[in-house]
Amino acid sequence: MIPVVLRTDALLWLLVAAVAAYIVHVRRSPHLLVPWRRVTRSASGMSALIVFLVFIGIGLLDSIHFRPALETEDEKGATVYAVEAISVLDAIASPLRAHRERTYSAPLATRAYAKETIEIAEPGGRTRQVREFPRLIWGGAHLESEDDAAADISVRAVAGLAGALVAWCAFAWTLTTWRARAAGRTLKEEWRAIWRAETETPWWSILLTSGALLAVACVTLALCTHYHVLGTEKVGQDVLYLVLKSIRTGLVIGTVTTLVLLPFAITLGIMAGYFRGWVDDIVQYIYTTVSSIPSVLLIAAAVLLMQVYIDQHPELFPTTAQRADLRLLFLCIILGLTSWTGLARLLRGEALKLRELEYIQAAQAFGVRDRQVIARHILPNVMHIVLISLVMEFSGLVLAEAVLSYVGVGVDPTMISFGTMINAARLEMSREPIVWWILAAAFVFMFALVLSANLFADAVRDAFDPRVKVGGLARA
Amino acid sequence: MIAYIVRRTLYAIPILIGVNLLTFVLFFVVNTPDDMARIQLGVRRVTAEAIEKWKAERGYDKPKFFNDQAQGTARLTDTIFYEKSVRLFVFDFGNADDGRSIRHEILTRMWPSLALQLPVFVLGLIAYVSFALLMAFFRGTYLDFGGVVLCVAMMSISGLFYIIGGQYLFAKVWQLVPISGYSGGLDAGKFLALPVAIGLVAGIGSGARWYRTVFLEEMSKDYVRTARAKGLAETAVMFHHVLKNGMIPILTGVVVVIPTLFMGALIMESFFGIPGLGSYTIDAIQAQDFSVVRSMVFLGSLLYILGLLMTDISYTLVDPRVRFT
Repeated sequence: MIPVVLRTDALLWLLVAAVAAYIVHVRRSPHLLVPWRRVTRSASGMSALIVFLVFIGIGLLDSIHFRPALETEDEKGATVYAVEAISVLDAIASPLRAHRERTYSAPLATRAYAKETIEIAEPGGRTRQVREFPRLIWGGAHLESEDDAAADISVRAVAGLAGALVAWCAFAWTLTTWRARAAGRTLKEEWRAIWRAETETPWWSILLTSGALLAVACVTLALCTHYHVLGTEKVGQDVLYLVLKSIRTGLVIGTVTTLVLLPFAITLGIMAGYFRGWVDDIVQYIYTTVSSIPSVLLIAAAVLLMQVYIDQHPELFPTTAQRADLRLLFLCIILGLTSWTGLARLLRGEALKLRELEYIQAAQAFGVRDRQVIARHILPNVMHIVLISLVMEFSGLVLAEAVLSYVGVGVDPTMISFGTMINAARLEMSREPIVWWILAAAFVFMFALVLSANLFADAVRDAFDPRVKVGGLARA
Repeated sequence: MIAYIVRRTLYAIPILIGVNLLTFVLFFVVNTPDDMARIQLGVRRVTAEAIEKWKAERGYDKPKFFNDQAQGTARLTDTIFYEKSVRLFVFDFGNADDGRSIRHEILTRMWPSLALQLPVFVLGLIAYVSFALLMAFFRGTYLDFGGVVLCVAMMSISGLFYIIGGQYLFAKVWQLVPISGYSGGLDAGKFLALPVAIGLVAGIGSGARWYRTVFLEEMSKDYVRTARAKGLAETAVMFHHVLKNGMIPILTGVVVVIPTLFMGALIMESFFGIPGLGSYTIDAIQAQDFSVVRSMVFLGSLLYILGLLMTDISYTLVDPRVRFT
């Protein structure tokens, strides 16, 4: 196989490296460790983090692309590689990808959603045509009789649950032993302490969340090889596969955009607040101008222009995957360019406040250069604002993608995302009986992703926001 | 006061010029009219004459900034920049690609938009503030906790789902209201009831949560402690002191959106078939009608700047500490 690095892959992994470096940095700096310890004490925050990490894991698996070797060889005997790059997630989920039906089918169904004309061979060599719901090609195809479907599904689900229970017990045992050793308690004492919420980190919530996640994952795993757990869509693709693929798109938009927005917001915001005077005037002018344009329209205009560019230069994009990827990256850049103003305004205000403080004045009196004052004294003291607004921004961006894709200025139509899924499913609402499962699947996954991001962002904000500590304003 | 308003208005002019230049660069410099013509005419093998004809019909065949073939002031006025951008300042929007006057469209379409947005705005403000006051009043109890959880959950749902779900339940299953459409006069209520309700519900999560933090912050201040210390009932503290003082931060977020209510709600209007400016914009984006998009960008930023101006003025009205300087 030949590894393929898409542009967004590279940026995503760069971000992972940056986060890893930040974690190392935090572990070495006690003043940063204190608020992060506070984050780990929030029960809802830690549950949300677990769910969020699962999403990130799926997204990262989907961000390692390669071109698999085909089984055929060319005339010289060298291996031939597929034109299309697939990701590790595609490789893992290859049964889901391969099990394509002809069209819609409900979750766990054995028959298709729409009636078709089927020819039945009758004795005497004649054929008779009937209109009925045809059996699915893959869903429940291993069953001898369809009546066994309910029983078969229950058996598989129970087996999945049992597997989840075993895995969860193993995880809980490992965790308890580790914590017990660290705390110098016996296993039993530690177990009791965890469930009475007496441990500093709310391990009970982590255990509960991971239990629920394991149960869902194992049941799905047990069923997905022989059934379409979330049904199939218009051209017969498994909806479970589509939602798994959508996660990466959401993650890329939520994270890469912040990477674009940060340099603008930090440099312009801090410069305006620190230097004041004409620098401040110019920066304020720029961000008022940018934010006065309705952001959807600015994004729409920029995306339309990019569309023109792509149409004019087809030679730059040899595969649809590359074109879709570049369009995604461009969307992130545009979103970043339109959304830096809020953070810049906050940082300007904070820098205005900080520059009047005595330690900054002292540094200036000692003749420390402005660049150094900003880098050493201002920047570290506004980082909590940057962090809070980045995690808060994430969920908004994931939601924005869906809306933009609906308007037609979002991701490439060939790219699987929550927005394109909702958009395609919306048109099927008028069918009778209603095709509900695509919307339901997109809703559940998107809700879980955004909710976990929001809850984690809340925990981070509560831990880092200095105002929260004042006047007993602690969270309810 | 008048001097202050005049000064703030003058300050808005460079921003509008900036917006204008930015959109001009986006629409005419980054991509040439030739590119636009090609995308409009659709096919790759379009003839040069067709492109020239398309450009001439829309006046895109002129030089960008400076026309050296013309005489006198026409050297500057007979250009794309003058025709398409400078004219926006006198609300001369020109024609859309279908030949209709954009100005006329805007004037007729802004009323349905307003009819949808104004109730959402007014009712929303009342509902969110009351909900937030309730949570702040019972702060630290299960009611407050449940309210916050509800808010976070509701703001984690994409607005598209509220619309799709509401439309399905109320219009299709229960058939209480028409699925989509619009008519003027009193009949409009029947068409607007569902979109307004959905707009309210979709915004309650972020709205109420934000107002709650505003009130809680207000409640941690010294004057509230003084009010309590002198023996005022908690309700009196909440309504007389906290609510009044909380209005200042609330005004910042609220007044600025009032003028933009005319612009309409993009998604809502297009789902419910309301012939407002929001659906006009979406249609223009999907039909790649650049002149409409450009006009809407200009109008949108004009209204936003008006909102900023109104915010500044409203401060001076509610907060006696703020003086016009």
